Amino acid sequence: MGIQADSNMSVTPVLEVRGLCKRYAGITAVDGVSFSIVEGSCFGLLGPNGAGKTTTVEIMEGIIEPTSGEVDYLGAPRDRLFREQIGIQFQSTALQDYLNVEETLRLFLGLYEHTSELSEIVQICALQELMARDNRKLSGGQRQRLLLAIALLNDPRVLFLDEPTTGLDPQSRRNFWHLVDRVKRERKTIVLTTHYMEEAYRLCDEIVIMDRGKIIAQGSPTELLAEHFDETILQIPAEDFNVPAERFPYTVLNDDRNVEISVKDVDAAIRRLIDCGVSLRHLEIRPRTLDDLFLELTGKELRT
Amino acid sequence: MTRRFLAVFHARNIEFVRDRSSVSWNLLVPVLLVLVMAWIFWEDSRPLFKVGVVDRSGEFDSDAHTFFTTRHIQFVVVDDEALAIRKVARHQLDMLLNLERERTYWVNTDSPKGYILEKMLLGSGGTTLSKAPVSGDPVRYIDWLLPGILGMNMMFSCFFGVGFVVVRYRKTGFLKRLNATPLRAIEFLSAQIASRLLITISSVSIVFAGTSLFLGVRMEGSYLLLFAVAALGAISMIALALVVISRVNSEELASGLLNFLGWPMMLLSGVWFSMEGSNELLQAASQVLPLTHVLEAARAIMIDGMGWAHVAPNLMVLFAMGAACMTAGAILFRWRSDT
Repeated sequence: MGIQADSNMSVTPVLEVRGLCKRYAGITAVDGVSFSIVEGSCFGLLGPNGAGKTTTVEIMEGIIEPTSGEVDYLGAPRDRLFREQIGIQFQSTALQDYLNVEETLRLFLGLYEHTSELSEIVQICALQELMARDNRKLSGGQRQRLLLAIALLNDPRVLFLDEPTTGLDPQSRRNFWHLVDRVKRERKTIVLTTHYMEEAYRLCDEIVIMDRGKIIAQGSPTELLAEHFDETILQIPAEDFNVPAERFPYTVLNDDRNVEISVKDVDAAIRRLIDCGVSLRHLEIRPRTLDDLFLELTGKELRT
Repeated sequence: MTRRFLAVFHARNIEFVRDRSSVSWNLLVPVLLVLVMAWIFWEDSRPLFKVGVVDRSGEFDSDAHTFFTTRHIQFVVVDDEALAIRKVARHQLDMLLNLERERTYWVNTDSPKGYILEKMLLGSGGTTLSKAPVSGDPVRYIDWLLPGILGMNMMFSCFFGVGFVVVRYRKTGFLKRLNATPLRAIEFLSAQIASRLLITISSVSIVFAGTSLFLGVRMEGSYLLLFAVAALGAISMIALALVVISRVNSEELASGLLNFLGWPMMLLSGVWFSMEGSNELLQAASQVLPLTHVLEAARAIMIDGMGWAHVAPNLMVLFAMGAACMTAGAILFRWRSDT
């Protein structure tokens, strides 16, 4: 499943996962997962809760051992150098109490042989004003910026971001995306797990969708959308749509507030809506998104 | 308000009851304490006098002198006559007898107990012994107790200062974050030991200096040697705590385990009273506890002015315990709470 560069030349993947399995007592968290990641790309792991994303990433990071399978870094099994060359931002990380931002950064700076300039990382992550602040008094967005700064301190070749924007407000999330964009421009490889499809679409060059420990789809976001959908969505408020099913030969999805109509020929569908006397005042036309793909592949039912 | 109180009260009770390991410790520790205390204080009447009997064979022959049939006197066999004479001078022994070659008894002329014992010996009608008077101020209880209090303080500082912190780091995921760096377990553990050692030695030094200033505590030996004893003792106790909590995720279980370690030392290591003359099995058990060696060495230095040669066995035991516990701690150590 190697990824090809633009020139169609095969390149050595920075990380290669082969036949990864992780079993706990009675539960298979990861079930035969294989993929490879090209250097400099942003690779997204998507999936519902319990899909096995975090377990897969933590095996790749070397934090937990797989039951079976292998992970190669630059074509060879990972060694001690690997820890020096990766940066990790966990889903949730506690920091040492009573330390301020600068002291926390210096603590982690002291754990690596090769490091970036602290001032540069502070500037990238916009922490200048927060250096003297107690870790415990940071807002969610500020904390995520600090955790990203910690992950970047050793100038990592591979950066793992495990649901980095979960729980952040929209402004903080977008601000974080800008930071990741900046890291991407430095040609660092990024492995991102996220629940947010918009985030994956915005940041990832390649995505893998996992469910129940297995990969169920893989490719670039645009490839996956093109592969699974050739339709457009027309969205109308439910109160404006009062058409009997026999008069409207399209797939109609109805929730309490809106009606979504999946169509291949948008012009023909709109003509039909006008014929049926449907008001188009609040009509919205949008392409299929990764959200649609995600729900189609993993189902809409709430997992127990 | 009552409803909210009861809701929180109920939830906490459920949390506690479902944490089986903590429940077990909370029930087991008091039972064990009662059993140990009962064992130590099994004899309902403790002797009024303590008399040393020099016998290099280590066997006490109760028929050797009629004085030995006197009730309410504890006869303790000693093999080091010089050390025992010093104990008489310090009032730690009320009298010393040697029935081998010299046929002598030593009694402290400043000791009321020694005076009464001498009358009893002379009136017992046995073989006549020659008197060797000894003089010297008694070791005040505070002089004897201070090393015990400082040692106990050091023990709890080492156990809880490191044990609780590491468990909290593990529980909150801070250890997991550190594990994602090149940091090795032995490096992390060494740093914890060094940090706690600095804190413990500093605080013990301040208490020692303050006590010496206000109470004029006896210090007959070398400060450097005392520092070595305190440092090795602290290292061995911190390392022991690190072994015990190497895989623990719950603060309540950590508390139970650390108390389980600490209380036997409180009782058997001679913090409050000497184990001399108590049950031999308990005395043997006390030798596997690091605090016993810290207190034996500290009292030998502070009260008796002993040097390196005398406390070397204690130092070696502490060094061996520290090295063994640190190695075991590094092997057993877990960074994550969910593995």
